[in-house]
Amino acid sequence: MKYLKTAVCAAALTVFATSVFARDLVMNANTSDPAQKQAMEDLIADFEAAYPEIDVKFNLYDHEAFKVAMRNFLTSDAPDLITWNAGNRMKVFVELDLLEDVSDVWASEGLAEKMPAVLTASSVDGKQYAVPYAYYAWGFYYRKDLFEKAGITKTPETWDELLEVGAKLNAAGITPVTIGSKELWPTAGWFDFLNMRVNGGEFHAQLMDGKVAYTDDRVKAVFQKWGELVNSDFFIDNHPAYSFQEALPFMNQGDAAMYLLAPFIVSMFPEDVRAQVEWFPFPIIDPAVGIWEDAPTDAFMIPKNAKNKEDARLFLAFAAQADVQTKTAGTLDMLPPNVNASVKDDRFAQGGFAQLGKASGIMQFYDRDTDPALAKVGMEGFQEFMQNPDRLDQILERIEAERARIYGAL
Amino acid sequence: MFPRPIQETSRRRQIIYKVALPISLIIWLLPMIAIVATAGRSLSDLNSGNYWGIPSEWAFVDNFNAVFGSSSVGIYLLNSVIITLPSIVGALFLSTLAGAGLALYKFRGRFVILALFIAGNFVPFQILMIPVRQLTLDLGIYDTYWGVILFQIAFQTGFCTFFMRNFIADLPFELVEAARAEGVGEWKILIHVIVPLVRPALAALAVLQFTFIWNDFFWPLILIQSDDLRPITLGLTVLKGQYISSFNLLAAGSLIAALPPVMMFFAMQRHFIAGLTLGASKG
Amino acid sequence: MTDSQTMSDDRPRKTGTFFRRNKLAIMPLVFIAPAFAMFSLFVIWPIIQSVGLSFVEWQGIGPKTWVGLDNYRELLGDQVFWTSLVNNLYWLALFLLAPVMGLFIALFLNQNVFGIRLVKSLFFFPFVVSQIVVGMIFAWFYDPAFGLLATLLKPLGIGIPAILADENWATFGIIAAGLWPQTAYCMILYLTGLNSVNPEVIEAARLDGAKGWRLLVKIVLPQLRAATFIALVVTVIGALRSFDLVAVMTSGGPYNSSNVLAYYMYDNAISRYRMGYASAIATILFLIMDVYIAWFLMRLLRNEKGAR
Repeated sequence: MKYLKTAVCAAALTVFATSVFARDLVMNANTSDPAQKQAMEDLIADFEAAYPEIDVKFNLYDHEAFKVAMRNFLTSDAPDLITWNAGNRMKVFVELDLLEDVSDVWASEGLAEKMPAVLTASSVDGKQYAVPYAYYAWGFYYRKDLFEKAGITKTPETWDELLEVGAKLNAAGITPVTIGSKELWPTAGWFDFLNMRVNGGEFHAQLMDGKVAYTDDRVKAVFQKWGELVNSDFFIDNHPAYSFQEALPFMNQGDAAMYLLAPFIVSMFPEDVRAQVEWFPFPIIDPAVGIWEDAPTDAFMIPKNAKNKEDARLFLAFAAQADVQTKTAGTLDMLPPNVNASVKDDRFAQGGFAQLGKASGIMQFYDRDTDPALAKVGMEGFQEFMQNPDRLDQILERIEAERARIYGAL
Repeated sequence: MFPRPIQETSRRRQIIYKVALPISLIIWLLPMIAIVATAGRSLSDLNSGNYWGIPSEWAFVDNFNAVFGSSSVGIYLLNSVIITLPSIVGALFLSTLAGAGLALYKFRGRFVILALFIAGNFVPFQILMIPVRQLTLDLGIYDTYWGVILFQIAFQTGFCTFFMRNFIADLPFELVEAARAEGVGEWKILIHVIVPLVRPALAALAVLQFTFIWNDFFWPLILIQSDDLRPITLGLTVLKGQYISSFNLLAAGSLIAALPPVMMFFAMQRHFIAGLTLGASKG
Repeated sequence: MTDSQTMSDDRPRKTGTFFRRNKLAIMPLVFIAPAFAMFSLFVIWPIIQSVGLSFVEWQGIGPKTWVGLDNYRELLGDQVFWTSLVNNLYWLALFLLAPVMGLFIALFLNQNVFGIRLVKSLFFFPFVVSQIVVGMIFAWFYDPAFGLLATLLKPLGIGIPAILADENWATFGIIAAGLWPQTAYCMILYLTGLNSVNPEVIEAARLDGAKGWRLLVKIVLPQLRAATFIALVVTVIGALRSFDLVAVMTSGGPYNSSNVLAYYMYDNAISRYRMGYASAIATILFLIMDVYIAWFLMRLLRNEKGAR
């Protein structure tokens, strides 16, 4: 009994001691999907094990809620670390002077050599403001068994092959593509790839920067291709009713065969379905155009108003290490930016990795590359087009009006 | 078209009525019944497409355990309590004072003040959204319980003051006059004469406010960011992201969120309805 | 005005004489001041600020730029704004079904049979459930693939569109969800009103040969005037305030076809970071609502003046 008392006292003292001397590191994250949550919790646990004196306080947000909350907390009660997207989305906050320059971490850890693929996306005017922990390729996730059932023997590599695959699937009573457009952004994946395949990455980048009108004939050519798919019944009905997750059961239940999406979908397939799922990159439309890919990059950043920047920098350095990135990206089914880390040994990660290796250029994603207000109007237009292809002209005029409001007349 | 008491009608009509009653109730509550049924369905049933057929097993306990075990629902519920209770106390306190001030005294401008309280209570929340967020930031209470609590107190005080003023104005004013004639101070009149008489009104308001504040979604959405401070309405939208196609768990979560105000309603029904309809009997 | 007076007049309280002489003038101000101060800080002042914000362009962070009436001018040419406004009108018009249905349900339930109290409670309880939950319930209910509605109608050979995904149906689907708790609310108002209907008057009218619609319109409804008034007010306000259901069921989609002013304002503030433009929308909504608030207040104050 006496022994027990002593033990309890000792335990209490230890708790007391750590709570007094612990350094708090507050992290606000948008990694709310189960796999993302798991990856982040593991990463934090490993970090706390390596630095027992630091106590990480983890606030998890839903993706959409985070975008709202972020604008509040960055200006006021800032956390010490945030998860956010590299590229234009980061740049917005850098220009408002809300993110910390972490070029020193890049220099001391030699990240420019270790993470060449994400250097540009992490930089504004030659300074780095982010340390990416994962990036990923977009592409088609498809069910091999359904392809076989429809008599398809090989994945499409050209536009005509894609149309043929669609025709065969439809003939077999399977909808070629599932998509949930309730949250709008899944439609933008289609627009990005069609535009990059039809007009090339340089044009796409210009369009994202507001330097080309949406009523341009080259943009119309993109929608003409897209319209071919819509008119040959490529997409499931009623997609505006579903979030991207809610569109997944169509594939799980064998009613649809393909989903143009990113690796966070992998862990959402039930195990038996996942065994049938394979991956292929977006087909070539014009062989004369270079292959550009969407590869959104997720990163850690330090708010300018953070209180504990010193420990936040420790965290950045820790998260950039090769073995740490191997583990984090592995749990996420994504790719580690650190070249010394190993890519998860599965067909999705390896396929995406190979595709990005071949790419002549990389973009982040429609709503990460262009102005957020324009992205909203644009994606609403994409959704409307997929339901009503005949309204193309008025849709493009509406998007163009928003582009002109933001970037000025051309 | 004013139904006679059913007892005075023919036997046939009585039977028809007694059959129609439960049927109409079932139709009326169909969406609710659906959610209760879904909350008890097993994931394997859902995965095999058995959404509405006879369930292969009832999984209520499993589902509720899963919701409490794998999410922060417990914390969300606690947060709802932490936000709701002080808000009610604060709003009732302020509005009893203000209601008495408006009902017991005649002074110029009292109708203007009353009108402001009423009108403010009806404005669209959205017009308050941006400035109130900014205000809580400036006061350093953004993303704390206090931000939401203080706002709820202030906002609900509008309705509560209207309510309390009407109730107090209906009390026999002679009581107050008699007390004044005996030289009792105004504070003492409030505490010893008015407050005991307005207890039913306070109870009614408390129950009503509990429902309003508990069910509020907009203000926590605007004023709270940390996961460990979120009330259940906000938490439910987080669960929606977590339980992607596990409708059974989401349904269980919805039931958990809906339960406290429903229980409050059934326990305090008389007060609740008195609260809702006091205005209706005046008007 | 009142609170500053209170402050300065607070001091003589200790000396007694001045305070005693004027306590009937001072006490109400003391009583009202705390509530009024809170209400001014969190409600009245923000309204003024919002109206002010509607004349600037502001990202929510960074500098504010004065743009005068530009935001309002832009609204005139904004299709989504007009769609939202029209949808608000649909909400208003269709929400008026709530008092009507509420009245009929109340008449139906206004009987004295075994278990009727429980039945009344169960009819009422959708109102107690959070709108977030109501929205989620109805979204599942409507789901074209596995929703209960589609499942029930399919065997009858009735095909329904994907209500929330269809630009022509989405708004009505949400309004139907909103009518559920709103009808319950109106029902309870009428049930209470019916309690105070004088049965002798009804009986006398019946002896005079009044029945059916005539009895309802000429005899019963006039006695329910107070309930009808409150039911109309809460319904109109509820229709104009509609936000939670839109947020949780469609987020205004597909492509803004189910947007309403309250949500479009929020959407502009949070997804497009246009605080000034959002404030302009809120101001318009506020002006529309003011018509009803003014009507309500005028009636109320007229009654007050009559009562005293």
